Amino acid sequence: MRLLAENLSAHRGEDLIFSNISFELKEGQALILTGRNGSGKSTLLRVMAGLLRPASGTISFWYDAARKAHNLGEVAHYLGHRNAMKTELTVRENLAFWKDFLRDAAGGTGYSVVDAARAVELEQVLHLPFGYLSAGQQRRMSFAKLLVGYRPVWIVDEPTAALDVSAEALLARLMREHQVRGGVILAATHQPLELLDVKRLEMKGFEFAAGDED
Amino acid sequence: MTALLLRDLKLSFRAGGGALIGILFFLTVVAVIPFGVGPDLNLLSRIGPAIVWIGALLAALLGLDRLFQADRDDGSLDLLLMQEHPLVLTILVKCLAHWLANVLPLVIASPLLGLFMNMSEVAIGAVMLTLLVGSPALAFIGAVGAAVAVTLPRGGLLVSILVLPLTIPVLIFGVSASYAAVEDPAPFLPPFLILVAITMFFAVIGPLGAALALRNAGD
Amino acid sequence: MTESLAIRKFSDLANPTRFLALAERLLPWMAGLCCLLFAAGLYLAFTTEGDYQQGDTVRIMYIHVPAAWLSMMCYSVMALSAIGTLVWRHPLADVSHKAAAPLGAAFTLIALVTGSLWGKPMWGTWWVWDARLTSVFILFLMYLGIIALNRAMDDPSKAARVSSVLILVGFVNIPIIKFSVDWWNTLHQPASVIRMGGPTIDGEFLRPLLVMAMAYTLLFFTLHITAMRNEIWRRRIATQRRLAARTASREV
Repeated sequence: MRLLAENLSAHRGEDLIFSNISFELKEGQALILTGRNGSGKSTLLRVMAGLLRPASGTISFWYDAARKAHNLGEVAHYLGHRNAMKTELTVRENLAFWKDFLRDAAGGTGYSVVDAARAVELEQVLHLPFGYLSAGQQRRMSFAKLLVGYRPVWIVDEPTAALDVSAEALLARLMREHQVRGGVILAATHQPLELLDVKRLEMKGFEFAAGDED
Repeated sequence: MTALLLRDLKLSFRAGGGALIGILFFLTVVAVIPFGVGPDLNLLSRIGPAIVWIGALLAALLGLDRLFQADRDDGSLDLLLMQEHPLVLTILVKCLAHWLANVLPLVIASPLLGLFMNMSEVAIGAVMLTLLVGSPALAFIGAVGAAVAVTLPRGGLLVSILVLPLTIPVLIFGVSASYAAVEDPAPFLPPFLILVAITMFFAVIGPLGAALALRNAGD
Repeated sequence: MTESLAIRKFSDLANPTRFLALAERLLPWMAGLCCLLFAAGLYLAFTTEGDYQQGDTVRIMYIHVPAAWLSMMCYSVMALSAIGTLVWRHPLADVSHKAAAPLGAAFTLIALVTGSLWGKPMWGTWWVWDARLTSVFILFLMYLGIIALNRAMDDPSKAARVSSVLILVGFVNIPIIKFSVDWWNTLHQPASVIRMGGPTIDGEFLRPLLVMAMAYTLLFFTLHITAMRNEIWRRRIATQRRLAARTASREV
């Protein structure tokens, strides 16, 4: 398994957000993005997920030497700032929908809905509407979404926002388990999540843009 | 894909969903007409098919702006866009769910409004049939408008403005087929078949256009 | 004695738990009496002689007229409850007008449908846009609007206050609608039971009509109290579930 990003750059409107970002990740590795607000962490993650088109550069993903994924988004989970869960539906309905819709990518199987809820230690609230949960519980449940359908790559943007210390440790443990199973993680976070085999990339924002001083 | 259909249907019928509001709007719009033109039953029965069609058209546009916006607001749209299965198919299923939850009830309610308009049984049947066949096209065309306006904060009105001109062919052939069924010399089948063709045409073009718009609306 | 009882009962009503206990005791009696009245009313309705002009179709009247009365009475109950919500902030008043709206819509629908069935043989058309029919139809739309408004909001007490305003504005609006459409040609017969100078309707028809009217009224109150009870339970379940969500995280 190999994830390769070469010479990525992205614009937002006329502004150059970042340029010339390259990195390579192998099985079980994690990339942690740091940098101040507005330095382009979220933008890079959205580019990686295929939700934004890069201004230049390529992203490629190989299962092994022979098989290459069509694009990274298909083999990746993306957990953005928003939870992608419907407040009107119960937690079980939400997770069951995503399990059914996401299916499993090649190379693994996802947890059952109950197991995923148990993994984030919230199986008691499966029958409740998602909107009844507190912000922290909602975040944990949307993390459970990453478990129900198997994806080798997890792209997570501030996964521990709105979480207390114990819940943060819980999610960090789940991410490490994903790495042990051979998964790759791309995360933007300021918390010391203690992932395994970490590569760090500090985003410097505008300073990257050649000749652009503010 | 069935899961997506079921989820969207559930969301429409749960509390806060728009399914009831569309049908209420339809009833209200049609009920207002007699106040404007007067209670003359002959006149009402003559303009009835057109009024019911226009009412259904406006009511069908009502919930369209939320088609993708609701998913965008909570981040689900990102995940829908990332998947391996073709986006066109995802959009087609979403349109279908929208049609089933919001437009099909209008079709079912249309005979009732036909009675209010003093239309004959044949005219009522013709309007219902043409609505059944023509209204999916409204959902497919509307999907393009909804996709274009998805990132706009107040896209609701804009969607209607963008979509209404595109729906005119549907309206023309829907109404002319309904009239053809009642008035003798004009044949019913040609406009009706054109209406079928329009729906099938937009079933392809609509999701394609919407997929293109959503891919480019990324932010 | 009766007065002190009434006051005590009224203050009892302020408390949803007391209301539930009272509903528990009253409902079987009301439902039973309602069934008896309906049996009697329907028996009378089908055994009295038909009208020499209208034949058997006149029997529709026994279903139609009480439903039309009830559709208006229900709105009055809702308007009173709305005042209760806005002026006294009475929690049961919220529940009352929310529970009454679907009932009102149902009675109005019965009135409209039976009227339409009656109109076809009598006037030769299912529907005419005359003053009476139109204003009842608008009443129906207003009921549906209130239901939609209640459904659209999550917070029940906020929904109750907003829909109270709508109900009261609608209450003011109803006479205006009624009079403003009066210049239209009217097919519907004028009021014939409750009018100055006594009823013009024959006693033969009046007896079953009054029994049916009582049956309908009792049916309304039975259903209304049941619906209020269900609504209170629904809110308690929602509260319990929110509580469950809160305690779930505390255990972890």
